[in-house]
Amino acid sequence: MGSRPPVRSGEARRRWRGYVYVLPAFAVYFAFAVLPALHTAYLSLFEWDGVTLGEWVGLGNYAEIFQDSILRRSVFNALVLVVFFSLVPIVLGLLSAGLLARYRRPGMGAYRFLFMLPQVVPLVAVGVTWRWLYGDDGVVNQTLRAVGLDSVARAWLGDFDAALIAVGLVGTWVLSGLCMMLFLSGVQKVEPSLYEAARIDGAGPVREFVSVTLPHLRGELAVAMTVTTVAALASFDIVYVTTNGGPGEQTTVPGLLVYRLAFSEGKVGLAAALAVVLGVLILAIVYLINRLSRDRT
Amino acid sequence: MNTVARSERWSGYALLTVMAIAVVIPFLSVFLASLQPAGTPVVGLSWPERWNWDNYETAWSVAGFSDLIRHSLVIAVGVVPACLVLAALAGYALGTMKLPGGNAVAAFFIAGLTIPVELIVVPLYFDLRALGLTNSYLGVILVEIALFMPFSVFWMRTHFLSTPTSLVEAARIDGASSATILVRILLPLARPSLMTLGLLVFMWSWNQFLLVLVLIQDTTKHTAPAGLGFFVGQNSTDIPTLAAGTIIVMLPILILFVVFQRSFIAGLLQGAMKG
Repeated sequence: MGSRPPVRSGEARRRWRGYVYVLPAFAVYFAFAVLPALHTAYLSLFEWDGVTLGEWVGLGNYAEIFQDSILRRSVFNALVLVVFFSLVPIVLGLLSAGLLARYRRPGMGAYRFLFMLPQVVPLVAVGVTWRWLYGDDGVVNQTLRAVGLDSVARAWLGDFDAALIAVGLVGTWVLSGLCMMLFLSGVQKVEPSLYEAARIDGAGPVREFVSVTLPHLRGELAVAMTVTTVAALASFDIVYVTTNGGPGEQTTVPGLLVYRLAFSEGKVGLAAALAVVLGVLILAIVYLINRLSRDRT
Repeated sequence: MNTVARSERWSGYALLTVMAIAVVIPFLSVFLASLQPAGTPVVGLSWPERWNWDNYETAWSVAGFSDLIRHSLVIAVGVVPACLVLAALAGYALGTMKLPGGNAVAAFFIAGLTIPVELIVVPLYFDLRALGLTNSYLGVILVEIALFMPFSVFWMRTHFLSTPTSLVEAARIDGASSATILVRILLPLARPSLMTLGLLVFMWSWNQFLLVLVLIQDTTKHTAPAGLGFFVGQNSTDIPTLAAGTIIVMLPILILFVVFQRSFIAGLLQGAMKG
């Protein structure tokens, strides 16, 4: 049997033993998410059609991304979508939170239920629904015609100038509710006495919003920005169903091109490089938002 | 209250109401379209002359949505319990034990929250094909578990961090093993957290699109969203049937949402906060 191990190392071994519990989760996560991500980075260094032997091109694929107008366009479109997926919902959320900040709100439960609805249904179903709303006979044109704006009515998703905005507004529809609920629940945590104090100091509604409500929503603001920006950059489902990138390349986004390049055009390496660019962009933005929000608190 | 405050409150409600209407109209529009006679042109929001449920039958049997729903359920049934078990185990160790390097491991999981499907889907197709796991539910299940693991571990770790340490200490002094402590003491207390996590994971699994599109190219094996995405390309002219299919794909998650509203909303908001 030998001598007992010293207490210290026994203790150390016992502390390591806890990893038995972590291992299964870690193994699946590593094998099916982390390794593929690393594999993508590796594939991005090759020119490969998915069938024959790949050819090492170093950073060539990345150079192509910056030179190819369609690829550049997709990144640009994704950034435009950030305005509609992130900025507009956040402004709407802040507006409503600001307006409702100082009151007990009866009936909020019903609003909350409705606002979260677009969050829970599949984005594909959202896309199909909006395809129909934006169609020639859809609700959007029906409404415009009803108020006499016949000249504005059009097939929105097929219109070169309007398609990207139309797709963006679908994102606004999906994400505004989440932003609103985040801000409203943040506002509810503010001490009512702070508003009273502000009022005694003679602060008007705008002043009150800027100096009481807004500072308390800093954490929620960072969260809303993170979630919605990521949703905008990785907006595959809605675009695939509504426009599939068209007309022309007006609504192409990186996710769509990754799919198309790898699985219909046989440019696996280029697709991988674009996926890496997208991943790095998301990581950088998430890091930046969290960094900024932490610095100020 | 003075009148300024009152007008302000009313403008608050007015804004909320306008937004609520904007949220509802698309749902209403697609629902009403689904009740029109099949194959007819439908204009905007139009009340059906008589409620025509045949489209649901057509979508269910002819368009194959019953199979699509079944496939989605098979995947969810594989993903949800596995996520709960693996995340509970890992969250327990990372939340209650002082593991050497435990914080770094937790951070490594959390970093995974930023991985979009786009980043991993290309090599996954080739790697899983080599293993014979494309066009198979097992392949999709494994990848979804991996994708949802960062959030799940984070969620359960946060839960276990908030349980009183005295509870665990007391049991340990009584000689309970770590497994006993988890199963007998902590898991029963974790039920609400597990349920919310289960609902969120089910929702993400149900809504997953790109992954299925790539890994299951055999359309007879598609899931509900993938089938709907495919169907819209094929039958974009028959609005009533397409609308009925859309409602069918939304329905399971809507039912869960209605039943478990509180857990769902709390989970979505907190989940976003923690993400």
